Amino acid sequence: MAAITLTGLKKSYGQAHVIKGVDISIADGEFCVFVGPSGCRKSTLLRMIAGLEDISGGTLDIGGRVVNDLPPKDRGVAMVFQSYAIFPHMTVRENVAFGLTIAGDDKATKDAKVAEAARILQMEHLLDRRPSQLSGGQRQRVAIGRAIVRKPEVFLFDEPLSNLDAALRMDMRMEIGKLHKSLGATMIYVTHDQVEAMTLADKIVVLKDGLVQQIGSPMELYHNPANAFVAGFLGAPSMNFLEVEVLSVGNGAAVVRNGALEAVTVPVRAGTPRPGQRAQLGIRPQYLAPAPAGEAGQLRGTVILTERLGSETVLELQLPDSTRLIAALTRDAVFDLGTVVNLTFDPAMTHLFAE
Amino acid sequence: MSSKFQRSNRAGWVMAGPAAVLIAGFVILPFFFAIALSFTNQRLISPNPTEFVGLANYRQLLGMAVLTVDPVTDDAGQVVMKDGAPEYPSLRSLTRNNPDYPHLQGMREWSSFDWGQSRVYILARDVVFLTAIVNTFIFVIIVAPVQAGLALGLALLINQRMRGINIFRAFYFMPVVVSIVVVSLLWRFIYDGDSGLLNNLLGAISFGAIPPVDWLGNPSTALGAIIAMSIWQAVGFHMVIWLSGLQTISPTLYEAGAIEGASKWQTFRYITWPGLRNTAVLVLIVITMQAFALFAQIDVMTNGGPLDSTQTIVFQAIERGYGKQDISGGSAISVILFVIVLSISLIQRWLTRERT
Repeated sequence: MAAITLTGLKKSYGQAHVIKGVDISIADGEFCVFVGPSGCRKSTLLRMIAGLEDISGGTLDIGGRVVNDLPPKDRGVAMVFQSYAIFPHMTVRENVAFGLTIAGDDKATKDAKVAEAARILQMEHLLDRRPSQLSGGQRQRVAIGRAIVRKPEVFLFDEPLSNLDAALRMDMRMEIGKLHKSLGATMIYVTHDQVEAMTLADKIVVLKDGLVQQIGSPMELYHNPANAFVAGFLGAPSMNFLEVEVLSVGNGAAVVRNGALEAVTVPVRAGTPRPGQRAQLGIRPQYLAPAPAGEAGQLRGTVILTERLGSETVLELQLPDSTRLIAALTRDAVFDLGTVVNLTFDPAMTHLFAE
Repeated sequence: MSSKFQRSNRAGWVMAGPAAVLIAGFVILPFFFAIALSFTNQRLISPNPTEFVGLANYRQLLGMAVLTVDPVTDDAGQVVMKDGAPEYPSLRSLTRNNPDYPHLQGMREWSSFDWGQSRVYILARDVVFLTAIVNTFIFVIIVAPVQAGLALGLALLINQRMRGINIFRAFYFMPVVVSIVVVSLLWRFIYDGDSGLLNNLLGAISFGAIPPVDWLGNPSTALGAIIAMSIWQAVGFHMVIWLSGLQTISPTLYEAGAIEGASKWQTFRYITWPGLRNTAVLVLIVITMQAFALFAQIDVMTNGGPLDSTQTIVFQAIERGYGKQDISGGSAISVILFVIVLSISLIQRWLTRERT
């Protein structure tokens, strides 16, 4: 088993610096998720750990060894690709046994290990099929089987569920979670899907433009985002941001307001806002609620879109200053388009980000 | 709807028309003509009417016999020795107007070997054509694997991101765009017996130890020389086909191989080669067909000589049909070549079929 430490890791293509010094330490047996929008270079970072991309600067340490210049096979990693990368001309059995074949294991050893992997992944009945006869989820199982059969110290997953449909994605997500618990290996998982990140991770690394935005457990990041980007990225629907002016600061709190919002006292969790500064006030859609009848509430908006999901109702509202807000109510409710709704929120549940 | 369909259908035929007429006139019609002519005694220019002769042309081309001859014995039953070896009756006496061997009439020796006391002759009605068939098969059997293999090697070399890789691609492909006639003429200079480039080169690197060889004038080297030059000429074409096959293999498969620890050879064995299966079928069939059609090099470089050592099937077909004006004999050769190539293609397809 192995801990992984990235120290000042950099990657450049000529003059283009795409990863600009990344420090992450992942404990042995931890499930770490790299999350970020497309183009944030999370996959590049994973491929650098795998050894598929050269490292331009910094050090990469896996299990106490600096592996910067080692080829992939000497790093003790296995990888599952988004496109599965299973060999079309081999049966499932041959695909799963590929690493063992390469290592020159005898047939009995291979059969035993493949059977074990197939049992864990519940795909014994697929072993003699060809990849063309498998569904997407089954192919991904084969790819995972090929990874676990060698008992690597580190598993790398590069957006493994992106090519699956929604229902299957949820099943496979749970399977991967169970797999992590039963194998106890260190896993690094790259995704752009914050739900996968929140549900699977022991530790989330939020990346943007080749820089780490924040590292922490899912709930740390959710409740105490370090900046507006992290706050907006985690949670669905995304956090609302109101442009506000800081009136006064003191005692870990600040008074803010804008054209649509009366002055309100909110906690300061990150940064040091100064009076007179512009700032972003983040309110999660779940913490916005219609004001009880007869009360004015803190915000007033016109309903421009409703989405009824049964357990939840999502409203898009337009404020008088034409900012748009999303409110997610945890019940089924009917709102006609064009209705003006008064909204309230608990100021203690907001996040203030000074610019 | 239907009228529109018919209208555009007519437009389609009009557009396909010129090509269809040309293909019918210059490919399909001659193909059936050749088959029909091969059963006649038609000559290219002849005042005599054409007669149907059945399989006579084929019998003339492919007629073979095996003859075992015992040594000449004297009255006492002793083998007559001549220069320390048993004497055999002359072959001519058996194949010329010999009433005991009517089926050997006009045949000539193609090969012979001693079998115990007797001598076995392999006789052929048309020795030159038989030599042409053997030469063509030697050519195909050497050229197909060597050219395909070299082309694959080159394709693997140039299938990488490297500064100036296009220069290499262009160099390897260049001989393909030069006419085979021009290439053959140039290689005649290279192979020249006195002052050829190859002899000079061999002499220079061996400090004169290797004497000059008349590559095209020597029956034992002429076919080999043509084989080497033919491989060089078309290798670039097949390299490009291999290259296109290589580029259809997903790079992630190679990455998966690298993660699993595959060596260079294992990567080729387990990922590249299986991914090239369809390309391999194409390359082998194309090379085989091109190799069977060997003609221009022979025509320019050796004219089938020396001593028929570079006779080939197509060269014989043209030599006979137009050189000797025996168009029915030439047609029969074409039909034989067609049958050979068709059978080999079918066998190759069967061997490389998709196994499920």
